[in-house]
Amino acid sequence: MRYEAPESLEGAVALLASAKDARVLAGGTDLLVQMRADVLDPELIVDIKKIPETRAVTEEKGGWRIGAAVTGAELKEHPRLKKVWPGVVEAANLIGSTQVQGRATMGGNLCNGSPAADSVPALIAAGAVATLAGPKGKRDLPVEDVMLGPRKLALEKGEIVASFFLPPQPARSSDAYLRFIPRTEMDIAVVGAGVSLTVDGAGIVTAARVSLGAVAARVLLVAEAAQAIVGSRLDAAAQERLEAAARAACRPIDDKRGTVEFRIQVAGVLARRAALIALDRARSN
Amino acid sequence: MAKHHIEATVNGDAVEFLCETEETLLDVLRDTLNLTGSKEGCASGDCGACSVMLDGRLVCSCLVLGCEVSGRQVETIEGMAKGESLHPLQQQFLKSAALQCGICTPGVLVASKALLERSPDPTEAIDCHSCHQCPSCNCSLLLLE
Repeated sequence: MRYEAPESLEGAVALLASAKDARVLAGGTDLLVQMRADVLDPELIVDIKKIPETRAVTEEKGGWRIGAAVTGAELKEHPRLKKVWPGVVEAANLIGSTQVQGRATMGGNLCNGSPAADSVPALIAAGAVATLAGPKGKRDLPVEDVMLGPRKLALEKGEIVASFFLPPQPARSSDAYLRFIPRTEMDIAVVGAGVSLTVDGAGIVTAARVSLGAVAARVLLVAEAAQAIVGSRLDAAAQERLEAAARAACRPIDDKRGTVEFRIQVAGVLARRAALIALDRARSN
Repeated sequence: MAKHHIEATVNGDAVEFLCETEETLLDVLRDTLNLTGSKEGCASGDCGACSVMLDGRLVCSCLVLGCEVSGRQVETIEGMAKGESLHPLQQQFLKSAALQCGICTPGVLVASKALLERSPDPTEAIDCHSCHQCPSCNCSLLLLE
């Protein structure tokens, strides 16, 4: 097994494109576990942490660009990001323990290809776009289009997620992410819900995005759930519509962590609660 | 494939070692550098028994490749006492008999030191809890005051 740590995106892409079975190493919190369990035995590991673009958090065109290999801990410690995108930062910091947060990255969380990845619904709700680097150059792909199903990505051979772009937010906008797990921390989401919204001066929701994790083969962007609250003050009736639309989108599996019925029920509850938190935050922004 | 030749700093000492790509930092610490204080519990990042500091950041050494630590600073449980003088946390753990089987104790000590350096007066239970993983093996923490 070879290990390479290129210092440029082009170098990483060339390595990944040349090897038959190569894996990207960002935080390693999934990759090393899968290697240890003999699920994966790649011939080449490409560590992307020495590539400056993957490690930077920068303001860009009024929005934020977050490198794919920035850790959850670094996001949390960033002086401004938590104020602008509290839901995204919280979601990244729900992944694992302090030890894991010191290593785990949003690029890895997305590319591990789990429908239960915590940071993905938050990124999708935020309208984040992944910037991919590949043999044909760079391209942008909305985060909701990166994952096709469990362990299946829309990335072509040699392509990697280099960074995420979080768009500029209008005034009175914010986001939130909630998940359900049977204990207080360090578990895989049974359901996750991310909501991002904007309200006008009168407190009416003018734009929203709702994303649900762990309730289908991929993380869902639920347009109907967003439509259910746009134009409302998120009053009781709008909350009910939101819950119903969120539940209607769920196609979960039945497993030891949650039944189909339970996941559908909880998806509605979390979508509503996350929307209320986002609303509260947006009003004070 | 030739082994990787890695130079790093471990507990303040310059070290160099050879490792295969698939060897973790924990493998290197225990099997190559003979620093067996860090323990392998789960090997999946869940238990924290292998916790070390990497460039000042608390990590599970089972989730870091040995070849990733080239040029970096590693601190392990072996670096916690200064000569014969135990770190105050070690003294307190001894005084409180804060262990049962003890396999996670080195990791809990390293994590506790990291926690106190970050928040010297941690009053939130969650602060302590997220630093002391032990989700599958909760014995030692029940004894901590």
